[in-house]
Amino acid sequence: MDYLLSEQQIMIRDLCRQITEEKIKPVAAELDKTEEFPHSVVKVMADADLFGLFIDEQYGGMGGGILDLCIATEEFSRGCAGIALAYAGTALGVDPILIAGNDEQKAKYLPRVAKGTLCAFGITEPGAGSDAGGTQTTAKKEGDHYILNGTKCFITNGGEADIYTVVAMTDKSRGARGASMFIVEKGTPGFTFGKKEEKLGIRASATRELIFQDCKIPKENLLGKEGQGFIIAMRTFDMSRPGIGAQAVGIAQGSLDAALEYAKQRVQFGKPISSFQGIQFMLADMATQIEAARALVYAAARQIDAGVKDVTRSSAMAKLFASDMAMRVTVDAVQIFGGYGYIKEYPAEKYMRDAKITQIYEGTNQIQRNIIARDLIRERSSGVV
Amino acid sequence: MNIVVCIKQVPDTTQVRIDPVTNTLIREGVQSIINPFDVYAIEEGVRLKERFGGKVTVITMGPPQAEAVLRESISMGCDEGVLVSDRAFAGSDTLATGYTLARAINKIKDVDMIICGKQASDGDTAQVGPGIATQLDIPQVTYVKKIEEIANGKAKIERMTEEGFEIVETSMPCLITVVKEINEPRIPSLKGRMAAKKAVILAWKAIDLDIEENRLGLTGSPTWVSKIFTPPPRPKGQMFEGDPEESATNLVDLLKNHIG
Amino acid sequence: MSIQINNDKCTGCTICLKVCPFSALSMSNKKAVIDLDKCTLCGACQDSCNFKAIEIKREASRTPNLEAYKGVWVFGEQKRGAVQPVVYELLGKGRELADKLGVELSCVILGHNVKGKCQELIFRGADNVYVVDAPELEHFLDEPYTNVLVNLIRKYRPEIFLCGATVIGRSLISRVAVKIHTGLTADCTGLDVDTKERFLLQTRPAFGGNIMATILSKNHRPQMSTVRHKVFKEAVVNPNRKGKIIEEVIPKVLLKSRTKLLDVVEEITSTANIAEADIIVSGGRGMKGPENFALLEELAKVLGGAVGSSRAAVDSGWMPYSHQVGQTGKTVCPKIYIACGISGQIQHLVGMQSSDIIIAINQDPSAPIFTVATYGIVGDLFQVVPLLTRKFKEALNR
Repeated sequence: MDYLLSEQQIMIRDLCRQITEEKIKPVAAELDKTEEFPHSVVKVMADADLFGLFIDEQYGGMGGGILDLCIATEEFSRGCAGIALAYAGTALGVDPILIAGNDEQKAKYLPRVAKGTLCAFGITEPGAGSDAGGTQTTAKKEGDHYILNGTKCFITNGGEADIYTVVAMTDKSRGARGASMFIVEKGTPGFTFGKKEEKLGIRASATRELIFQDCKIPKENLLGKEGQGFIIAMRTFDMSRPGIGAQAVGIAQGSLDAALEYAKQRVQFGKPISSFQGIQFMLADMATQIEAARALVYAAARQIDAGVKDVTRSSAMAKLFASDMAMRVTVDAVQIFGGYGYIKEYPAEKYMRDAKITQIYEGTNQIQRNIIARDLIRERSSGVV
Repeated sequence: MNIVVCIKQVPDTTQVRIDPVTNTLIREGVQSIINPFDVYAIEEGVRLKERFGGKVTVITMGPPQAEAVLRESISMGCDEGVLVSDRAFAGSDTLATGYTLARAINKIKDVDMIICGKQASDGDTAQVGPGIATQLDIPQVTYVKKIEEIANGKAKIERMTEEGFEIVETSMPCLITVVKEINEPRIPSLKGRMAAKKAVILAWKAIDLDIEENRLGLTGSPTWVSKIFTPPPRPKGQMFEGDPEESATNLVDLLKNHIG
Repeated sequence: MSIQINNDKCTGCTICLKVCPFSALSMSNKKAVIDLDKCTLCGACQDSCNFKAIEIKREASRTPNLEAYKGVWVFGEQKRGAVQPVVYELLGKGRELADKLGVELSCVILGHNVKGKCQELIFRGADNVYVVDAPELEHFLDEPYTNVLVNLIRKYRPEIFLCGATVIGRSLISRVAVKIHTGLTADCTGLDVDTKERFLLQTRPAFGGNIMATILSKNHRPQMSTVRHKVFKEAVVNPNRKGKIIEEVIPKVLLKSRTKLLDVVEEITSTANIAEADIIVSGGRGMKGPENFALLEELAKVLGGAVGSSRAAVDSGWMPYSHQVGQTGKTVCPKIYIACGISGQIQHLVGMQSSDIIIAINQDPSAPIFTVATYGIVGDLFQVVPLLTRKFKEALNR
């Protein structure tokens, strides 16, 4: 399908495809095995100006939009969703600065990110996953500083990133309205990391706890105002969820590519299995589902880029639909590979393991449905059509 | 440093297939690419520029559509592209090609180093690089795997041999041909790609070069292709599946008399 | 010089479209037309046309006094005083060509203290050995070697000049041919002569080995070729052969060089030199890690062969580049090539598909390597390779 991408978007796609073919695919299986973080691939992405994609030109970036980012994430995920996440996780981590940062904060951090400094976003806590209102991490103001205490868990790029955007309660009595967003740099005294999680999929990505023990940060590191933490977080998710959708589309496309190639080569009963209708129907359904998801993801991204105000519902839909689709398609890809799909010599099972996380993180798909439903009902009750 | 990189646009030979029925080349969908070895030459040229300053001019001789490989070189960091293209150059063998490129390089003044890939993947001759050096009467170092240092008009270079490598020192200007081991080519960045799209490519025809007409193209080429044919396909092999022990025994029986 | 299609003769059969390697031909009004921007005048269409409808005209330049060139010469490449095996292969082929043409076979050797090597060259078939012995020629350097050969070719005017397509040969002869202003065909795998026209028929692979081309140098002498190692059989030693040894003295001014040799580093032991090996045991991505190449080394040791590698294994850092077989590595043609865990990307195949016997060991029965294999074993190389090592050891008593 032709999505009428701009010349620059086609350039981004071709560039990311080249990086995927030459730098990601050759190491994907190995990093999946060793859980090693893909620093060398990150450097290639940075040298190719790709970390500048989502940074304004005045801060050394390319000034691209969410669709550009989705195109890049999708292409990388075709090769390895874990490696892609080092990139996409940085976009997520820097989003709060893009959304709520003042000129000084932008000038200080964005040029570094444009050059490839990794970022991470910290909201989830042991006791606060989908229910972000349960956040326990506190930020207490003392003179020119805030003192952070608490623990964040399951943080993508945790320990590998240099710049963290973190939600902490500045006024517990106000509930969600008492949360604020802070920038914390790696190396700040009192800021340490927990052990690296061993995961089912996206194993090249690093997931760690962020531990704050009397971590003292300058008050200039507050993003926006006190109490705006959750609003910034919600707007961050609005911007980032199409990216998860793009990651899911990439994973699914990668598994279809592999399954199609295999089906053409694998001979049974004297014929390639791609000549059997049972396999053909599966391939056709997989391709159709991927295309539908891609169309939804791109539409949601374009809507954000065009400046449409309320994008919550379409962002959630893009993430929900694409990730559920990726799970189905990657399971089918394993099926097409048969016994070979179940062993690690072949790429099919990795796509399946990688797909699962897209249904879970940045709001489980149950939460996405809540968001969509709440938005639908609110719209009806307010009479807006 | 004033560096010239010579490159060639070639069909991606890895995509070329033989039609089993007509026994001819299937070129459908075969892309034109930069000769794989030339990519290392471009990268080395750009690295030398980054190390010593200066300018990298990339030059190719070929049909008008060869402009694409010049743009790709510029996206990797070359400063200027020159397309040497004229009907009069068609049918050039390595002698005429070397002559024509040498005349074109002569037009670029004060060149310190010329870099070529060790050979082109379509012809595999490895003759054009030395040909250019000879026509320009400058020294050459072929199969270069490392440039150790450049100082005082001399370059210290490691050159691959069958057994290892030699370290040689050569006066400049000189021409080198490079092997894959010399570097790892960069992937052209987004900004590089955008710049390449806008870059102005110089186009030089025969008339723009100080050149003897009878040394160009087919006329200037001593070698003639008298016949092109496809090699006979390898006969279908014998497959062993199943018990590895048995397969190994069978294979050893078949082979032991071939081993001296 | 030009190419033309005679529309009266063209039947619109479209064969020329299929053979054109450059997509320069298309059909218009049921006749072939040529896109001159794409055409390289390679002549493939002209050969294919059954109706002689395509004509390429060329005004030929010519070596003056062409008939005066007589005899077949072979370059006697030596390194550290040792004559390289490809020289003996060329003497075998050169003898055959010289006999067909009824001329003498000569070998030219450059070096320092190499006079002792000349007799062997005569035993191997040379009628004359020209030797240039000077300290400046001890090690190969492009410029003095070029000057000496150019000097001798101008003096003796051989009609054919053959040289091994080695690192030295391909560098040196390219330079010589340009100075003499004659045709040079690289990396030939077949040589013959047209005894009537006295043309050297030089056959070589092109397009990554997908096609073969026979190349002539009709109007220029000498007809020069570099020839691939291990394609022709070495000439046998006949200690009764007689021949002349001619010492040439070259003016010192021709021995100057702008390039100096500082050091020679030999990294590769003879057992690891894949270009020389008769048997190569090669590993690819299926080896899973550098440590497993020890399995291949054991097998190679039993067979007296060398260890090669695919690009994938080199790029993963498991093997050094000097072991890489394939398009961006070395082209090899051993007697036996054993590919272990190599899927057989076309880039690899072009580097080894002219091996006499190819054995492929791979788990995936659909791996492309099996399409070129003489014998294929579908199975786990980690089982099969040690079995082969053990069984060869027994069978060969090693």
